[in-house]
Amino acid sequence: MCGWGRVGVAGREVWSDDLVRLSERAILFRGLGRSYGDASLPPPSAPEVACTVLGDRLIDFDETTGRLRAEAGVSLASLVELFLPRGWFVPVTPGTRYVTLGGMVAADVHGKNHHVDGCVGAFVDALRLRTAGGRIVDCSRGEEAELFHATVGGMGLTGHILELTLRLTRVPSPWIERESVRASGIQALLETLENSSADWPFTVAWADLLARGAQLGRGIVYRGRWAGADRAPQGTPAAPSAIDVPFEAPEWLLNRASIGLFNALRYRRHGSGLRRAVESPYSFFYPLDRIGNWNRLYGARGLTQYQCVIPDSRGVEGVHQVLDCIARRRAPVFLCVIKNCGDEGSGLLSFPLRGMSLALDLPVGDGIQDLVDALNELVVDLGGRIYLAKDAFTRPEHFRAMEPRLDRWLTVRRRWDPEVRLRSAQSVRLLGDPA
Amino acid sequence: MNVVLLGATRGMGRAVARRLAERGDAVCLLGRDRAVLEASARDLQVRAGLPEPLPVAYCDLERPDSFASALDAAAGALGRIDAVVVTAGHFSTEDDLAASEPDAARLLATVNFANTVGFCEAARRRLLADGGGSLCVFSSVAGDRGRTPVVTYGATKAGLTAYLEGLDHRYARDGLRVICVKPGFVRTGMTAGLKPPPFAGNPDPVARRVVRAIDRGVPVVYAPAVWRWIMLVVRWLPRAIMRRVRF
Repeated sequence: MCGWGRVGVAGREVWSDDLVRLSERAILFRGLGRSYGDASLPPPSAPEVACTVLGDRLIDFDETTGRLRAEAGVSLASLVELFLPRGWFVPVTPGTRYVTLGGMVAADVHGKNHHVDGCVGAFVDALRLRTAGGRIVDCSRGEEAELFHATVGGMGLTGHILELTLRLTRVPSPWIERESVRASGIQALLETLENSSADWPFTVAWADLLARGAQLGRGIVYRGRWAGADRAPQGTPAAPSAIDVPFEAPEWLLNRASIGLFNALRYRRHGSGLRRAVESPYSFFYPLDRIGNWNRLYGARGLTQYQCVIPDSRGVEGVHQVLDCIARRRAPVFLCVIKNCGDEGSGLLSFPLRGMSLALDLPVGDGIQDLVDALNELVVDLGGRIYLAKDAFTRPEHFRAMEPRLDRWLTVRRRWDPEVRLRSAQSVRLLGDPA
Repeated sequence: MNVVLLGATRGMGRAVARRLAERGDAVCLLGRDRAVLEASARDLQVRAGLPEPLPVAYCDLERPDSFASALDAAAGALGRIDAVVVTAGHFSTEDDLAASEPDAARLLATVNFANTVGFCEAARRRLLADGGGSLCVFSSVAGDRGRTPVVTYGATKAGLTAYLEGLDHRYARDGLRVICVKPGFVRTGMTAGLKPPPFAGNPDPVARRVVRAIDRGVPVVYAPAVWRWIMLVVRWLPRAIMRRVRF
């Protein structure tokens, strides 16, 4: 079994459409397995993970408020296809639609609008959990609030999410008005990102970390908003079909030269001017969903994503330090995405905080542990933290140093699961749970 | 189209019902568990954006006396029935059967073959009386060849496949369109305990294929499509090999 990074452990999935029954003896729930590292993988001594994707019934939808109640296994892809034509969208979406709602809450996912709207947890009104003791518990901000906040972003370790209530957002049209603008170096890129975020609800920057000298960190800032009904094309955009990567690519396919060339082409093709378009939310939010199983491009050893956030006070300085660290080590960062984040949410282990988030896609190779260690030391020093949904290599001492909130979370978890029954390969690695 | 589905609260039936309801077909669900039926009816209601939950009625493949009243209730709710879809059935491997009561194989054969034929007969008579319609029944690739792990289950599906073929030959000219669906390995609650082989499918693409087959009146559908070719090979494997392999 493996996460999206394709670094495997021994284990197997069991599945059922009856989440209530499935949760009775489950150690860990798993949705569509899009977390990169070991968050959805079982601990060595209990190699069974309960897959929720068949528990995908919608329970209720209120057309006036947008409140949707659903089982945890409903996929974001099906939700978007169903509700976009009716004028609704999820308030927060990650960069892939092949995730379950339960997984979105467990990781408290963020999106291109984090600087204005926060994480998905901010729009979750209620959860129904199977707690470790076997009880089914409803929690919300008003009822068992501690458990609720520990579960939002709690990586499935405080109880199995059976059902959730999520507030969808009304959109003026099913299309996105998008602009993109190029920046010739990291300083200009960060400034453009910051300035764009003052006026645009969706912003993100792509940076080329294989360019050299003053061009290191050159890139493109993408910004968007829902198009007004008057500016949108007729009709609803259709979900595009994916081109599948049919098998594992050889290791040599992605290397500094090939990706450097790809990056240079991407940068050059954009042109120096401002580009505008009205585009489908599928291509705006989910460009990589067009390539099915793109993780196979990284070859047999797989990939990891290192995502960290650096607080505002040291944001620009921090980004420079991270870039320096990468350049010094000649680390093959094939994709770098930068996003400015807004305020920290209420989830006790939720990832974002006000500052700069950097996500780096790296092939797994011999130097990966050293690289992650070096980056983590930097992030600890900068007062930042890492995103558990991506992580596979962080050491427990680094995690602890990044997470002053951990003790509060552990206290809540201990209350509901004194024997630490619910756990994952990740919680064994990072929290020292029993293997 | 007005469609009655038996067994559509879970698995591939659930996916077929959604596809039909989302595109605006009127759907009535038959099944044996009231609470589960109502949860599925709510799911379909939300998906289709309807003001009211879809109609449901009690029907149990283990209770042939429930068939007529269930179809009456469905006809009452929908007005007229254009299509009947049967995805209900039991599944047991030979190992499961060996581990349960001695009569388990006969019970499996009764529900999956005798009682399913009974339900299809009731549906067929009703459709023909109204001038025709579609009868779509889920058989299985397991019926294409007697196989070591699923001797009894495979036999029930082989019988069902032959019954459906005969129905098609006998009543096609009277307006009965029979669709025999042969799913390969699909990830549903039914296959939960099994190890997925290569080419394992998912319910949604299967449902898309099945609904298209109902619309066009295709008599035999393998789903996912690749299983047509897999079974072509399996059907031609010599007995000496079939005795040795474990699939």
